[in-house]
Amino acid sequence: MSNEAVLHAPAGAGLHHEAHGDHHHEHHHETFISKYVFSMDHKMIAKQFLITGMVWAVLGGLMSVLFRLQLGYPEASFPWLEDILGKWAEGGKITPDAYYALVTTHGTVLVFFVLTAGLSGTFANFLIPLQIGARDMASPFMNMLSYWFFFAASIVMLSSMFVEFGPFSGGWTAYPPLSALASASPGSGTGMDLWLIAMALFVVSSLLGGLNYIATILNMRTKGMSMTRLPLTIWALFFTAVLGVLSFPVLFSGFILLIFDRNFGTSFYLSDIFINGVGALPNEGGSAILYQHLFWFLGHPEVYIILLPAMGMASEILSVNSRKPIFGYMAMVGSLFAIAILAFLVWAHHMFVTGLNPFLGSVFVLLTLLIAVPSAIKVFNWLTTLWRGNIRFTPGMMFSIGFVSLFISGGLTGIWLGNSALDIHLHDTYFVIAHFHIVMGVASMFGMFAGIYHWFPKMYGRYMNNTLSYLHFWITLAGAYMIFWPMHYQGLAGMPRRYYDYSVWESFKQFAELNRFISTVAMIVFAAQLLFLFNFFYSVFKGRKVTTQNPYGSNTLEWTAPINPGHGNWVGEIPEVHRWAYDYGKDGKEFISQTTPVGADESSH
Amino acid sequence: MTALLITAVSLLIFVVIFQISKASEYVAILKGEEHSRKQNNKINGFLMVVFLVLGLIGVWYCNEVLYDKTLLPQGSASVEGERVDSMLWLTLAVTGFVFIGTQIVLFWFAYKYQESDNRKVVFFAHSNKLEAIWTVIPAIVLTVLVVIGLRNWFLFTGEAPKEAMVVEVTGKQFGWIFRYPGKDGAFGKKYYKNIDNASNSLGLIWDDQLTHDDLVMEQTMYLVKGRPVKLIIGSRDVIHDVGLSHFRMKMDAVPGIPTTMWFTPKYTTKEMKEKTGNPDFQFEISCDQMCGNSHYSMKGVIEVLDQAEYDAKMAGQSPYFYTAFPDKDPANAKKDTVKLVAKPVELASKVTAKL
Repeated sequence: MSNEAVLHAPAGAGLHHEAHGDHHHEHHHETFISKYVFSMDHKMIAKQFLITGMVWAVLGGLMSVLFRLQLGYPEASFPWLEDILGKWAEGGKITPDAYYALVTTHGTVLVFFVLTAGLSGTFANFLIPLQIGARDMASPFMNMLSYWFFFAASIVMLSSMFVEFGPFSGGWTAYPPLSALASASPGSGTGMDLWLIAMALFVVSSLLGGLNYIATILNMRTKGMSMTRLPLTIWALFFTAVLGVLSFPVLFSGFILLIFDRNFGTSFYLSDIFINGVGALPNEGGSAILYQHLFWFLGHPEVYIILLPAMGMASEILSVNSRKPIFGYMAMVGSLFAIAILAFLVWAHHMFVTGLNPFLGSVFVLLTLLIAVPSAIKVFNWLTTLWRGNIRFTPGMMFSIGFVSLFISGGLTGIWLGNSALDIHLHDTYFVIAHFHIVMGVASMFGMFAGIYHWFPKMYGRYMNNTLSYLHFWITLAGAYMIFWPMHYQGLAGMPRRYYDYSVWESFKQFAELNRFISTVAMIVFAAQLLFLFNFFYSVFKGRKVTTQNPYGSNTLEWTAPINPGHGNWVGEIPEVHRWAYDYGKDGKEFISQTTPVGADESSH
Repeated sequence: MTALLITAVSLLIFVVIFQISKASEYVAILKGEEHSRKQNNKINGFLMVVFLVLGLIGVWYCNEVLYDKTLLPQGSASVEGERVDSMLWLTLAVTGFVFIGTQIVLFWFAYKYQESDNRKVVFFAHSNKLEAIWTVIPAIVLTVLVVIGLRNWFLFTGEAPKEAMVVEVTGKQFGWIFRYPGKDGAFGKKYYKNIDNASNSLGLIWDDQLTHDDLVMEQTMYLVKGRPVKLIIGSRDVIHDVGLSHFRMKMDAVPGIPTTMWFTPKYTTKEMKEKTGNPDFQFEISCDQMCGNSHYSMKGVIEVLDQAEYDAKMAGQSPYFYTAFPDKDPANAKKDTVKLVAKPVELASKVTAKL
């Protein structure tokens, strides 16, 4: 078998590595710098991604609270806002410039820094080596670089908030000409330069990480770990990495052209433009729509880059805590694959109202709605996994159930928006906000929480406080629905996105009360997240210690490693794998670890 | 001061929650972790059903409160938009059914199959039959939705009827400019480098005779009830979007790339005022594509009139050409002649007075 041939080399290399690790440990003390800062241990890098992601999540969440304050209380003024934001909230009222800067940065940060780097950066790093049985990533150095490029991107993005005319404020999609012309919007000046630099650094980080994940999964699985024995988390992270590697470069090319248009007088995206106060620009012949094609060629796969890891983790956690095998493993892998392929073929459904060729549009309608099929398979398989299980409501499990609920709710509205004739009416309204926040934002966030709660004992060798976790779950689930469910109705009233104030609009001003309600709930939900953060950091240092190697009775390899694994993960030889990851409740046994050889009397499935 | 108070209270709540949580952890250890874990499991299992029930009530209540605030009760104001609404209802029926069904199953299963010492888990790893069922059924339902959707899509994006009137809509930061072809029924050429805010907001090429009778208006667009209208949409600066939610239509305004959209208004503005019971009702054009920091105020108005009212309105408009060249306006020319005539008379009278 080719698998065997491939597997021998890494197993040997791993051993060697491990011996080296021991040697390292005994004779040199790891310095603070090499252990916590420029670490090459995938587990530490995972934690770095996680904590940086948390910082961004707090900032991004806080931004949403601030702009919801404006939407919910357009008449009120809050003097303390001026204390915090200075000229951006003169007289205690957020200015339109600040509002749009907040909306834009909230979007950029949450999509890229939290739900891409924070989610797949954390769990790809943490879980891939531990679950496939590898000492570390294929290239630990590249892995370290991946984090530090992300860190650099973070610093640049953060600095853009302190420039004179403010950060970029043209929406996270950064459509030119608005994003190309400083004269069209103050945020499109220095703020946009920094935004582009930050995003370029982010793309580099993402590529370094993604290539590493793919190489590791393909080459460094332990003996016996064939691809079809991989836990679904790894399959999901694998497809995520493939999506990123194939689509981020296209985004990058789009940014390069934008940089040229902004700085070097080219006209890739610019044509026939007259700006008030400046006059007619010389650029002719460019196409503003070209950028949208390049952007959404990443932008749509990006949705799945965010969602697939959450799907993978939810699959794993649902199975472990139902004490039942995941239903339809091959169908789960197949549907992940189908989603990954289709992710590349649907980007123009974001562009139905740009005037694109109707025939082209119809092809994109067909392919878009096709995604509903693998998504339906996944949902029904999750439901069947719960059926006749023996469910333990660990916090991770509850967030996984919440994930499924949100994925259904948000996914179904995708059928509305993917159908172009209906999209014409709903495009760029609050219906879209409701749709993507539920299915991509909150659902993936739930996947991330599920992952954090579930693997926290493996990450820190301690438990988080359960009462706080349950409180966090129920407030967040109920709150998320209360925030985003009513937005569907605003969308059905045609209420456009990205408006600073609706009070002058005869058609949209009837929602003042609802907006206040949503803003209030948003603040409460935000506070509940602080509760989570407190629980997290407190438990890192003071949580109850984990005393058993495998607290959940789980089959996967990470629970065969020591409670606090060192660099290299396993002491001694890497365990060999004999079966798939989902033998729960088989032949009357509660669970059978992947490392247990198949018995002679064992039934086959 | 209030801010300080709110912060203090929030902090206090945090501390209390934390202390309770911490205490419950100690209690759990005292009572036996396994015991309290099972207790928690029961509580959370029960809450799953509570959430389901309250959630479904919430969905119903939300609909009760908000339905009348949407555009659905008043129906589409364009003939074509009716198809959007019927599609919307069908899609709602399908997705609503799946939504309620799957959410009930999800939370009910969670409750029903919560951990119990007597339950024996069923090792059920796959079933080709089941998986085939839930692959094929969604595929068939979606095919139906796609077919209906695409028929509408090709109608909406297809050619406008021949009798349609044509209006050119141009977006700019932050307002709308409308151009009518005038008596000759044809638009004259334009070039953006000719734009001059004071006298030529669209950059019309005056050498082209066809521009001379074009009418240019800002803020309000006048349409005729029952007559299809084709909009030719463009932008002067960044991307905007002509959002016509009452008519269920929308199209981007892209600089350098003209787009089109057509529809047939069903009601006059006056009729809509009666229909909605809102004397301030307006067909608003909302810019639906982020276009800068005053995006939220980029509002236009469509006034739908009877043919007679429309004709009267248009008859009162003077071509834009005369705004650029007031001296060529026959109306001005007449006034000027009067003045020219008047002045000598005045002078003459003054002279006579002196004499």
